[in-house]
Amino acid sequence: MPNPYGYFPGCSLKGTGVAYEESLLALFQLLDLPLAELDDWNCCGATSYMCIDECSAFSLAARNLALAHKAGHRELLAPCSACYLVLRKTQDYAERYPGIAAHNGHLAICRAIRVRHPLEVLYTDLGPERIRKKLVRHWRGGRVACYYGCQMVRPYAEADRDCDPVRMDELLGAVGVPTVDYSLKTKCCGGSLTGTTHSVGLQLTEILLNEAARKGAQAIATVCPLCQYNLDAYQSEMRRASGKRPDMPILYFTQILGWALGGDLASLGFRRAISGRKTIEQWFTKDRVEKEAYVR
Amino acid sequence: MQRELKLQREADLEWARQVSQRPGCEGLFSCLQCGACSGTCPLSIYMDFSPRRIVALVREGFRKDALSSKTIWLCASCYSCAVHCPRQIHIADVMYGLKREAIQDRLYPARFPIPVLAQEFYKMVRRRGRNSEFWLVLRMALRSNPLILLGMVRTGWNLARTGRLSLRRERIRDIASLPQEIAPREVA
Repeated sequence: MPNPYGYFPGCSLKGTGVAYEESLLALFQLLDLPLAELDDWNCCGATSYMCIDECSAFSLAARNLALAHKAGHRELLAPCSACYLVLRKTQDYAERYPGIAAHNGHLAICRAIRVRHPLEVLYTDLGPERIRKKLVRHWRGGRVACYYGCQMVRPYAEADRDCDPVRMDELLGAVGVPTVDYSLKTKCCGGSLTGTTHSVGLQLTEILLNEAARKGAQAIATVCPLCQYNLDAYQSEMRRASGKRPDMPILYFTQILGWALGGDLASLGFRRAISGRKTIEQWFTKDRVEKEAYVR
Repeated sequence: MQRELKLQREADLEWARQVSQRPGCEGLFSCLQCGACSGTCPLSIYMDFSPRRIVALVREGFRKDALSSKTIWLCASCYSCAVHCPRQIHIADVMYGLKREAIQDRLYPARFPIPVLAQEFYKMVRRRGRNSEFWLVLRMALRSNPLILLGMVRTGWNLARTGRLSLRRERIRDIASLPQEIAPREVA
């Protein structure tokens, strides 16, 4: 059966978010849905391109949709929340504002592609029940806060409810991961602000981490490479600034699901983590030692 | 708090009308000034004008105040305001429009890293089709405040040792199919 899903990695999944790409590809392989990377894809434009030129920003995003159409995909998977939002916004605006499509031929056909987030694909096309049936490893880690971030659920999305998304909680719950009621699950992590106005960006991520800890979570699960990076990379700075010592693993939901479905540990990108490495080792990589001992 | 007096003759109502014709900004003049946007905005406490006040400034036509604010650059485009606005005003799109004008008229705060990042990102993606995180951050820092690189050494090392720091300069093959280099255009 041909695979209907094209895969649009976006720039982050080739750099700081490489663990997301690794675990996503491994997970979809386990589910017999191998993903084909879109050939010669370009940057979606993220939040910055739109600050300079509106028309070209829509054309830029639409080039990817045209490529997906040419490659015969009906659906395009965009795991990065920013890519997901930009691609969907482009389609939405191209339809509602004829002035946008008038500037560019790519836009006329771009409605034919359905842009989807992997979380939504796993939830609606497979469902928690079918994923539970494929369960291989039993969870023995701690409680996890599901953090959806902002752009995946906002106005142009169909991935989940815009203010109170639940699909990640349900999917992780299906493989036996206890989740906490995380009230800041759609509060923005600050995006690129940690690089530009560092103290402001740091404040936003610190609030997210403190609230997760307060709710009893020992790790945070994310759906976006920028959220993961912001929460993961700056914990050591928070330690010094506030006296507290957060050392919390920030995982991709695909890493947890991939592990639960029996994915090869080396292919899930756990070694890419900066914070909470000890916890990650306890929760995930110990398994390998036990398994090997069992085989012997 | 000190408030500056605004005079009617500084106002440009024709400009306000133009802003309200951009995609997403149609409801500008129906704003209730309820403040739901400022309440839900995770960055409003760091802004010089809250999102509600930016909307008020724009529709009264105080162009220069709105364009030279830090607010428009601190907006991280999380669209929380857009989903909470009872008038369905996409305030994030209002902000994008203001950012574009501020860059064209060079009204953004000098050496403020966020507009510098936006311009470097735009240049890189227009020329190469993709963004390479390391080179983008480097160019942003060199053009705004090189000292911030010192604070990034630790993070850079952490990324490098976990294999997340790519030094490759990404580029697509078919550069000609990218949007062509012309003067920036607005949809409306």
